[in-house]
Amino acid sequence: MQYILNYMVQYSKARLDASFAALSDATRRGVLEQLGRADASITDLAEKFHMTLTGMKKHVGILEQAGLVTTEKLGRVRHCKLGQRRLEEEMAWLARYRKLWDARFDELDRVVEELKTYERVASHTNGK
Amino acid sequence: MKNSTLVERKSERELVVTRTVNAPARIVFAAWTTPALFVRWWIPKSACVNLLSYEMDIRTGGKYRLAFGIDPANPMEVFGRYVEVTPDLRLIWTNEESADGAVSTVTFEEKDDQTLVVMRDLYPTKEALDAALASGSTDGLPETFEQLEELLVTLNHG
Repeated sequence: MQYILNYMVQYSKARLDASFAALSDATRRGVLEQLGRADASITDLAEKFHMTLTGMKKHVGILEQAGLVTTEKLGRVRHCKLGQRRLEEEMAWLARYRKLWDARFDELDRVVEELKTYERVASHTNGK
Repeated sequence: MKNSTLVERKSERELVVTRTVNAPARIVFAAWTTPALFVRWWIPKSACVNLLSYEMDIRTGGKYRLAFGIDPANPMEVFGRYVEVTPDLRLIWTNEESADGAVSTVTFEEKDDQTLVVMRDLYPTKEALDAALASGSTDGLPETFEQLEELLVTLNHG
């Protein structure tokens, strides 16, 4: 029953694949959050997240591929900062999906209130 | 007071929607399994989608089919079957209009006259969910959707 939703959102599949893969990991989400506050070197990030340099390089690489982070080598240090693409864009589909379900549940609330009223009336009529 | 709807990608293959409804589980279940009531909320007015027909045989092994669109001769259809129908507790159904369709499970957990509704879409593969997330069209429609919603609010309260 994806039909209604498919009316509503379109993003390039490859972009979303990369973004969702990048965002599916808690450390990488943490890195994005951290870079939202301040730019950092890979060494800084590795320390912050109690990780080896190699491990952090791998995470940053995945974020970079998804366009969520850009890196630049200055001297011997690789600096990381948030990419051009906004996170909100990647979450747009989920936001639309939520909106659809929110609308559904609003209508469900109405149906449910009717049923509750009907039940109350029925139980009074039955003299309960 | 309106309860909030939560949507989360719980895993590579799973999308979960959670919402509390202010009614006992038997009532929420009835709204979900009475076809005439189900279509009233499953296709919210604000989605601006025209329902042409629906058949829902809500019992374990039963089938459903909903047709949408403008032209009855050329409808878009969604269909599948109910894998499990356990009154007031759980519904499981397939989404067979696509080979990569999810299996949907909704559970109803009653607590203090309220019911926590948890709806899980489990996709066959990570790629299937990624593709579902990437499909559809944003151009113009979200705005239309919002405008319609505003209009509906006005009409409801006006």
